Amino acid sequence: MKQDTFSLGGKKFHSRFILGSGKYNVELIQAAVEHAGAEMITLAVRRANSDGEGNIMDFIPKGVTLLPNTSGARNAQEAVRIARLSRELGCGNFVKVEIMRDSKYLLPDNQETVKATELLAKEGFAVLPYMYPDLNIARDLVHAGACAVMPLAAPIGSNKGLATKEFIKILIDEIDLPIIVDAGIGRPSQACEVMELGAAAVMANTAIATAGNIPQMASAFRKAIEAGREAYLSGLGRVRETGGEASSPLTGFLRD
Amino acid sequence: MKINGVQKEYPEYLSVSELLLLEGFQKGRVAVELNEEIVAKDTYDEVMVKDSDVVEIVSFMGGGSR
Repeated sequence: MKQDTFSLGGKKFHSRFILGSGKYNVELIQAAVEHAGAEMITLAVRRANSDGEGNIMDFIPKGVTLLPNTSGARNAQEAVRIARLSRELGCGNFVKVEIMRDSKYLLPDNQETVKATELLAKEGFAVLPYMYPDLNIARDLVHAGACAVMPLAAPIGSNKGLATKEFIKILIDEIDLPIIVDAGIGRPSQACEVMELGAAAVMANTAIATAGNIPQMASAFRKAIEAGREAYLSGLGRVRETGGEASSPLTGFLRD
Repeated sequence: MKINGVQKEYPEYLSVSELLLLEGFQKGRVAVELNEEIVAKDTYDEVMVKDSDVVEIVSFMGGGSR
């Protein structure tokens, strides 16, 4: 069977599970990455502190691609500043553009996201914009030079699941870039459903970080994502709107 | 000078390398902005900071979003 991979910024990935690294005890990150089988992990850029607390870079397994985010940015200009700093940290040119003005629902600002994507793509970044699933904006992001589109399933950190399903499906059908569903996915079954729809990958953080057993939940997500992907590739069986249809032969019954 | 939002007193002109050492940071783990301009890592020994400067020293932290 042909290897099932997808590419981002010229790099090939086998795993379709992107893991966020927030809200964990750093010592659990390694186990989470390993159980998730993740090849890409997101990180934030913040003012450094020298208080001797473990540096997250010591806990990320070798060979995992870093996806710094621009969290904390309120407009395109701030996102560009954070992205440049993240690149200066010396771990590649990937960036997840994440721009929020709203502090209650933490919804992304789509317009500013398009602006930042365009500026950063011109500077040679591999840009993965986090966005509210809107087809017109997704098209703008394609033109702006994004290498994937990351629509939200539900508000960040909510674990509420696939609230935007119909709109994500439209992006999957119409946009010729990997669609990576990010934010709000709370359970493995939801991650599986996203993959069945044809998403290229799923990103999750809170679902794992707030689970009872972090490595075990990372593993459950990995399996669900793989199952959903396999189901998508195999083509789902048809739905019969009314009535049933026997799967067993309708002859040779033990009667009469 | 202002370092990560905190006013600090350093007696004399320092290079970025010396400042990082005094502040307890490893060069390889941080990125530095001097008055909102990124300082390239290979110039840390030559670039000097002065009292009126605003310095930001950043690193990676755990983060999914926000």
